[in-house]
Amino acid sequence: MSDRAMIQIENVSKFYGIYKALDDVSLSIAEGEFFSLLGPSGCGKTTLLRSIAGFENPTAGEIYIDGVPSLALPPNKRPTNMVFQSYAIFPHLDVAENVAYGLKRLKLSPEEEKKRVGDALDMVRLSGLGQRKAHELSGGQRQRVALARALVMRPKVLLLDEPLSALDKKLREEMQVELRTLQKAVGITFILVTHDQYEALALSDRIAVMFGGRIAQIASPKEIYQRPRTRKVADFLGGMNFLKAKVLGEQGNAVSIDAARFGAVQLEKPQGFAASSGHVTVGIRPERLRLLWDDDRAPHELSGRIENRAYFGEVTHLTVGIDGLEQPLSMVETNNFGADDLPIGAEIRLAYDPEAFVLLAEDPPVTRI
Amino acid sequence: MSLLTQRLRFIPFLPIYVAAYFLFLYLPILLLPIFSFNNAATTTFPLAGFTTKWYASLSGNSVMLEAAWNSLIVGLSVSLLSTILGICAARAITRYRFRGQRAAAGLIMAPLFLPEIIVAVSLLMIVLAMGVELSLVTVILGQTVFCVPYAMSVLVSGFEGFDRSLEEASYDLGEAAIGTFRRVTLPVVAPAIVSSLLVTFTISLDEFILAFFLSGTEPTLPVYIWGQLRFAAKLPGVLALGTIMLVASILMLTLAEILRRRAERRTQLAHALP
Repeated sequence: MSDRAMIQIENVSKFYGIYKALDDVSLSIAEGEFFSLLGPSGCGKTTLLRSIAGFENPTAGEIYIDGVPSLALPPNKRPTNMVFQSYAIFPHLDVAENVAYGLKRLKLSPEEEKKRVGDALDMVRLSGLGQRKAHELSGGQRQRVALARALVMRPKVLLLDEPLSALDKKLREEMQVELRTLQKAVGITFILVTHDQYEALALSDRIAVMFGGRIAQIASPKEIYQRPRTRKVADFLGGMNFLKAKVLGEQGNAVSIDAARFGAVQLEKPQGFAASSGHVTVGIRPERLRLLWDDDRAPHELSGRIENRAYFGEVTHLTVGIDGLEQPLSMVETNNFGADDLPIGAEIRLAYDPEAFVLLAEDPPVTRI
Repeated sequence: MSLLTQRLRFIPFLPIYVAAYFLFLYLPILLLPIFSFNNAATTTFPLAGFTTKWYASLSGNSVMLEAAWNSLIVGLSVSLLSTILGICAARAITRYRFRGQRAAAGLIMAPLFLPEIIVAVSLLMIVLAMGVELSLVTVILGQTVFCVPYAMSVLVSGFEGFDRSLEEASYDLGEAAIGTFRRVTLPVVAPAIVSSLLVTFTISLDEFILAFFLSGTEPTLPVYIWGQLRFAAKLPGVLALGTIMLVASILMLTLAEILRRRAERRTQLAHALP
C-alpha cells in the first residue's frame, strides 16, 4: 500500500429525479489499499461502485482513476474490473474460456494467453478445472472464476460487489481469508461493497460507512468500531449501549460529562462535535462491560439484575437492568465462567472502564427526497 | 406428492384408462404411415402388401410440388417475421418495466385463445375491403398474427432471467457493444431464437383455416390436401404426403424443445446461486 491515490472521488452526486442516490461524495483510495463501502441497502454504496466501473453516470462531480478523469470513459476503457454479485459467469463458455474472455481483445500469442489463464486459475486455486462448464461449478467455484476472470486483466482496481453474499456462512468465512490473502499477493487496489459489518471489519484497510447517499465516516476497522463518530455508525457496526449524558465542561480536546449512573467521565471530542444543548449521547459496547463474580473488585462498578439472557454457544448475551438508567444494558459474556447459567432476576455486579465510552455526534438530518 | 402416488395404486382401472387414452390419441395418426405404405388404393384391412409407389407418385405431381413450394415460402416468411416480432416483444416484456406491460403481454397472447375461424373471417373481410388481392402474402401476414404468441412464449422463457450483468461483465472485460452482442447476448439466447423459428415454421406448415381463407389461387399444402380429399383415388398419395409432413413436424418440434430447454438452462444458470 502506497500513499499514492489510485481513486479520487470528488463531489460526486447521482440523482434519479429528486431522489439522491449519491449526495456530494468525496473520498480518496490509495494504491494497493483494501477499501470497503459499508452500509444498509439503498445507502448508495453499489451506485458508487458502479460509477467507478462506468455502469452509472453520476449527475455531478468527477472520478479520477490513477490520475485520469474517467467519467467520460465507457466501462471497457477503464482500468478497472469487477466481480459481480451474481458472478455473471458466461453460461455458454467453459471456465478457461470465461477467464480468457477479456484477453481475446489483447491479441496475445496463444502461448501467452494460455499461460495467463493458467496463472489466474492457479491464483484462485482452480487449476485443472479449465474445461468445466459453468453449470458444473459450485457457488464458491463460480466466485473464484469471476475473480480469476477479472484479475487476469491485471486491472489497476478490482471492484467487488457483495461477492460473498450468496455463499453460506462457512464458505463465506473461508473466502474472506482467501480474498484478503489474494489482495496482499497481487497488491492491487480492491474496493469491496458489503452490508456485512464483520466482512468489512475483517478484510479492509479502511472502511467508508454510508447512509442515505452520504459518507458518514471513513476510518480503519478498529477506529470505526471503537470510535464511531455518530450514533448511526455505532449502531450499524455492532451492539452499542446508548446513554443520554450531560456536558459538565470542555477543556481543549476533551469533554467531561455526567454519564448518569456511570458517574463523571472524560471523553475525547469527536470531529465536528458541538454540544449545543448541553446534552449528548454517549455509547459503550456490550463487550466492554464485564461481569464480576463473588469477591472480584473493580475500580468502577455498578450493580443490577438480569432481565433477559440469550445463549449463543461461545457467548451469552445478557440484558441487565440498572436502577436509575432508562434503558437496560446489553452485555456479552464468554461462557467460560458460567454466565449461561445465571438465572433471570439474579442480582449481579458489573465492571466498566470509563475510557471505553465514546462521545457520539448528532447524525446529520436525512435530506433525501 | 407421495400421498397421491399412494392413493393411485388403489385404482385398478387406471392403467387401462391410460392405455385407451393413448390408443385413441395416437392410433389414427399411426394408421397414416401404415396405409401410406399399403399396396392398395383403399384404406381397409387386411393390408395388401408393402409399396413405396405412393411416395414415388408424389415426386411427379407438379400441383402438389407447387403447393409444397408455396408452403415452404409461407413457412419461412412466417417463422422469420413472427420470430423477429417475438424477439422485440419478449425483450420488452422481460427486460423493461412499463405502464400497460401486463395488458400488452396479454393482448399479444390473445390470438392463441380466439377461435381461429373468427380471426380468419375478420382478416378476409379487411383484406377484401382494402381491395388487396388474395395471395401468399396475405397468408403470410395472417399466419404471422397467429404465430407471434407462440414465438413470444418460446422466446420469453429463453430471455427470462437473462442476467443483465452478463452484458455488463463483457463491457467490463473490455468488449464494446457490438462485440458484446456477438460474443455474449447472441450465443446465450440463440437456442431460444432457433427454437422459435422451428415452432412457428411447423405451425405455419400445418395451418389450414387462415391459409384456406386467405390463399386465393395459390394453395399451401394443407389447402391442397383438403382439395384432394374429394377424390378417393388420390387418398393414398395424400396419406404419403401426410406422413412426410408428420415426421417433419415431429422432428422440428423435438429439436425446438431441446433447444428451448438448453436456452432456459443457460439463462437461468447465469443467476442460479448455489
